[in-house]
Amino acid sequence: MISRLSAITFNTFREAVRDRVLYNLILFVLLLVATAPLFGQISIGLDRLILINVGLSAMSLFGIVIAILVGIGLVSKEIDKKTLYTILSRPVRRWEFIAGKYLGLVMTLAANACLMAAGFYLALLVTAHGFQRADAGLFVAIYFIILQFCIMTAITLLFSSFSTPIFSAIFAFALFVIGTFAEDLRNFAALSHGPARWLVTAVAYMVPNFSALNVISQVAHDVPVSGSLILYNTLYAVLYSAAATSAAVLIFERRNLK
Amino acid sequence: MPAIEILGITKSYTVGFFRNKLRTALQPLNLTVAEGETFGFLGPNGAGKTTTLKILMGIVFPTSGEARILGHHFHDPEIKKKVGFLPEQPYFYDYLSAPELLDYYAQLSGVAKEQRRKRIPEMLARVGLPDVGKMQLRKFSKGMLQRVGIAQAIIHDPKIVFLDEPMSGLDPIGRREIRELILGLKQEGRTVFFSTHILSDAEALCDRVGVIHKGVLRGIGVVEDLKSQNADKSEIVWHGAHALNAVKEMLEQTHVTGETVRAVVQTTNLDAVLEKLRRERARLLSVTPLHGTLEDYFVAHTSEKETVQR
Repeated sequence: MISRLSAITFNTFREAVRDRVLYNLILFVLLLVATAPLFGQISIGLDRLILINVGLSAMSLFGIVIAILVGIGLVSKEIDKKTLYTILSRPVRRWEFIAGKYLGLVMTLAANACLMAAGFYLALLVTAHGFQRADAGLFVAIYFIILQFCIMTAITLLFSSFSTPIFSAIFAFALFVIGTFAEDLRNFAALSHGPARWLVTAVAYMVPNFSALNVISQVAHDVPVSGSLILYNTLYAVLYSAAATSAAVLIFERRNLK
Repeated sequence: MPAIEILGITKSYTVGFFRNKLRTALQPLNLTVAEGETFGFLGPNGAGKTTTLKILMGIVFPTSGEARILGHHFHDPEIKKKVGFLPEQPYFYDYLSAPELLDYYAQLSGVAKEQRRKRIPEMLARVGLPDVGKMQLRKFSKGMLQRVGIAQAIIHDPKIVFLDEPMSGLDPIGRREIRELILGLKQEGRTVFFSTHILSDAEALCDRVGVIHKGVLRGIGVVEDLKSQNADKSEIVWHGAHALNAVKEMLEQTHVTGETVRAVVQTTNLDAVLEKLRRERARLLSVTPLHGTLEDYFVAHTSEKETVQR
């Protein structure tokens, strides 16, 4: 089982790495980070703050875009091109295929995040002529961005297990936008009354809480992130991803591949 | 123990905007293939050949019925280690090289690393691609891809190989190469189950064939037996054109060259024609039963006219 899972994971990673679109996106982010010091020159004295905000936000946004663009094709491309036929005719369980695909894309996104983080720290070094102790706190923000990728990949995989690529992309991106305002949605639920309160609360807790995973502004102002938030966010990302991936497996297990 | 047993498998799809219409792709299908046999699954396009193979490979689920492969349930993952499959017009991960692709598939089939290292170059040499190196599959021709497809189907040394239209879309040289590879599998004692609508390939390769049309198995048997079912005519050649008038009414075709007459006659009329030729003192040169072709059998068992390649 481990051998099959690792084979699918590694092949998914290899496919993404050899995909030129991916390189373009990384290049774009690196360019964005490299030009961040120019924004700093416009806002005298705030160059580090702007660099952190722009750099980490770009890292998050482009990682999410990659997760959606690659994620929507993870299953549908294998069906359309019939490559899945030669996989399912082997001793590969359907859940192994889905899990391998998920892990492969998460691995790709984590590797991308590391590359982007390296570029980001390089830009920080150029701008500030050295590192501060508070810069270590930026790792937490980057870690949370990777957790966002884990959740987003699972959601995209879930949609792609039953929908067309274009609809999967629309659903996934819509959920990302809603999830970014999850805290606001929860506050709104708390202010509601009657059946609407139950409904809005249910929706607020079902959508992924990306706002809790966004601490960019906090770390940019050198406010430390608590250990409990790191623990809760990690658990939340693991459970949410596991639930979405399990739902994808349940759908895929019953699906006739025409 | 049979290699493949298909036990009453049916498949229906819901179609239409509201998914309220039922379309039957496969009527209850019962079929047994013995170990070591090369079985040709024939039928026009849309007859149900690919659906049957997809069901056997676990790609689609049957509406009812089941199948057994080497005595095990066809969805048993362990039995899939003994099965190889080449889909119709396969597309492989084109960003991989041929050795990378074979390594991937061998790993999925549970082949150990040491064996993979040894078997991959052997397999590439066997399918005539020993020097492809790190060239990505996107640069391969269709024939080369088909050969890679055969290699991936047998990289894990399976006992049964399923091939869906393996010669489809290939030029005559490519078809011959794939035909030789299938013959090689047959000589190694593997069970080969392949679907095709190219009858000459089935005639050349198969021990037995089954003809399917509109999801119904119309006939099954040894190729020679099926062909002989249509062998109801004979060709007679004799010397003495004067005897032609006496037997003319019983002949279907005649061709006269000087005193030599060549004619085709229904086998049921053969004795009567020979008797009359003796009375007319014509000199009999030969009587040859005309063999039916697989195409005759195929056409006879598929009611609607379909394109048949020979």
